[in-house]
Amino acid sequence: MGAAKSNLVELRDLKVAFDGVQVLHGIDLTVGRGEALGLVGESGCGKSVTWLAALGLLPGKAGVSGSVRLEGRELCGSPRSTLESVRGGRIAMIFQDPSSSLNPVLRIGRQITEALALHRGLRGDAARTEALRLMDMVGIPDARSRFDLYAHEFSGGQCQRLMIAMALAGEPDLLIADEPTTALDATIQAQILDLLIQLRAETGMATVFISHDLGAVSQVCERVCVMYAGRIVEQGTVEQLFAAPRHPYTRGLFDAIPRIDGPRQPLVPIPGTVPNPKHLPAGCAFSPRCSRVLQSCHTELPPLVPQGDGRLLACARPVPLALVIHAAKPRTPARIVESALQ
Amino acid sequence: MTPLIQATNLARIYQVRRGLFAQPKPVRAVDGVSLAVMPGETLGIVGESGSGKSTLGRMLLGIDQLQAGEVRFEGRAMPELRTAEWRALRAKMQLVYQDPLAALDRRLTIASQLAEPLEIHRIIPKDQRPARVAELMVAVGLRQDQAGRFPHELSGGQRQRAVIARALASRPKLLVCDEPVSALDVSIQAQVVNMLRQLQEQNGIAMVFISHDLKVVRNIADRVAVMYLGRIVEEASSDVIFRSPRHPYTQALVSSVPVPGKLLEGRVILQGEPPNPANRPAGCAFHPRCSIARDICRSTAPVLRQIENRRTAACHIVADGAVPVAA
Ligand SMILES: Nc1ncnc2c1ncn2[C@@H]1O[C@H](COP(=O)(O)OP(=O)(O)OP(=O)(O)O)[C@@H](O)[C@H]1O
Ligand SMILES: Nc1ncnc2c1ncn2[C@@H]1O[C@H](COP(=O)(O)OP(=O)(O)OP(=O)(O)O)[C@@H](O)[C@H]1O
Ligand code: SF4
Ligand SMILES: [Mg+2]
Ligand SMILES: [Mg+2]
Repeated sequence: MGAAKSNLVELRDLKVAFDGVQVLHGIDLTVGRGEALGLVGESGCGKSVTWLAALGLLPGKAGVSGSVRLEGRELCGSPRSTLESVRGGRIAMIFQDPSSSLNPVLRIGRQITEALALHRGLRGDAARTEALRLMDMVGIPDARSRFDLYAHEFSGGQCQRLMIAMALAGEPDLLIADEPTTALDATIQAQILDLLIQLRAETGMATVFISHDLGAVSQVCERVCVMYAGRIVEQGTVEQLFAAPRHPYTRGLFDAIPRIDGPRQPLVPIPGTVPNPKHLPAGCAFSPRCSRVLQSCHTELPPLVPQGDGRLLACARPVPLALVIHAAKPRTPARIVESALQ
Repeated sequence: MTPLIQATNLARIYQVRRGLFAQPKPVRAVDGVSLAVMPGETLGIVGESGSGKSTLGRMLLGIDQLQAGEVRFEGRAMPELRTAEWRALRAKMQLVYQDPLAALDRRLTIASQLAEPLEIHRIIPKDQRPARVAELMVAVGLRQDQAGRFPHELSGGQRQRAVIARALASRPKLLVCDEPVSALDVSIQAQVVNMLRQLQEQNGIAMVFISHDLKVVRNIADRVAVMYLGRIVEEASSDVIFRSPRHPYTQALVSSVPVPGKLLEGRVILQGEPPNPANRPAGCAFHPRCSIARDICRSTAPVLRQIENRRTAACHIVADGAVPVAA
């Protein structure tokens, strides 16, 4: 077993409860070195909590159990100092709410040099030079003259770039980007996605990209995890999932996205709403909304099991592969991938 | 046919003060916009954040003051703000915006919220109101057992349905929807979009649909106007504009929409940031980010011209030789 082949981060049976209400029901997830993994699912399904829990960033009232390993070393329950050295150093996270992460009363240059001092021991001119390099790298125009500005003097897209620059200060092995583009304009979103792809190519760091936008995920990631109500329901390569989503929820997500090309048709929504974690349906949590539901789905929880093609799936009656491949309707994801490959 | 609503040369200038002692600077939020919406038609409005979409929507309804220009509804000039005529007209044009919780009264049940506009506008006799409330709930796909619920007891999508039902109570001819589905998850978004499309088809309601989500706009709008820094830079039918955008900004915008399975390569990724509206670039406001800009773009602002049948664009290069659209 060569160390190079081992996984960078492994989550095992990660569970989280708030005030006795369980919101994460045992997440198993691995991130390989240099890999780009996407985490998708609707609001409240536990995407952020998964990584906040893994990094020990949840408030004290949160009950966390399970295992989080970084290169085999257990982080869950380890002392604060260990977690603090991992955060920002080995693993950096860009948070969903950008305004909460940049300090409004500290000049931007100072914030980045402080991160450099903390994680890499750089001081003085060396820190300043490196901070300017990072600002350049994330595409802040004329970094030198903007070094001493405050966060509010930058645009939303630039603040997001600055957060990425801060995250890069510790030369992390893994960057967790939680909805890094959601609050941004479409054209700026495209810039940031482009930046994330380019940074990964240049630095070789692994990326976890959290988003509810399947389109954005498919651009940045190689592997995708679909979550529903605190569980992973399907996992596979981007090609697999986009060519043939097999969990009825994954399939429903694809069908619900309006198309930017092709004929205009009524959208295909998923009926019903996301369940309240306090009153999770018995059996498969998706069963009340599922178009392929079986009687047994209401009582038996389908386990997440490997399929012949290597993907993981938790469903008693998945969308048949053949059905997806032969579907001639223009709005099937299979066709979307096809046309993209032309 | 007379347009249901027609706006000519609208302008809205905010005086914005940066810092306590700074001189107020004019921000031209909406800067010479003309548009028309036919009965039953849906006009989509897209564009960068801060390009003036919401301000324009409010101006159409007469909620935001016009510094210049004119709005005509069913061929008649808009009455003075807050007069009886204005209020009567407001029953025919309603606003639906992003945050359903803010639009609903948290102390009232859904049924009472829907009955309220019926009372205010004295639209139907009192004894018929419960039936109308039930009808409205059906129209937006709410269940009868949800009539007695309070807003916080509904999901986000259900709340937005309630807001739309309330807007429909006075049987409006025009809905101005400002980011009505942006706060909703995709699966729920699709439910609400379908419902709006149904309303269009069944009741012939016209809509101005403001959104930054191009995929949703393409799905619901007949025609689309693209705004950049307070002005319309391109307008065409929804099918045409997304299939073959002509203005360089529209091209970048359409190209930036992440499509599942479609790689980022080969897309137009704009350099630079959207400009500050208080500091409008000279010439074409888009020129600092435009890859085909020439000298004339830096000095002269392009006017909106007809570039094809039923299609306009404001770009020197794209509209070379075309005749300006008379305002
Ligand atoms: N600090 C907290 N206290 C109590 N409940 C919480 C807390 N943080 C998250 N939750 C709950 O945990 C669940 C998962 O939340 P999480 O933030 O991980 O969702 P998400 O998938 O990131 O959603 P979004 O797409 O909206 O960001 C939700 O039900 C949420 O209400
Ligand atoms: N009440 C106000 N006072 C001062 N400036 C304002 C006011 N409302 C809007 N503005 C400014 O006018 C411009 C247009 O704003 P508007 O809200 O119409 O844009 P928008 O296109 O709706 O943006 P978004 O997509 O972010 O909602 C912006 O520069 C904004 O800062
Ligand atoms: S397990 Fe059953 S209910 Fe759940 S998604 Fe599959 S078919 Fe639907
Ligand atoms: Mg989140
Ligand atoms: Mg707006």
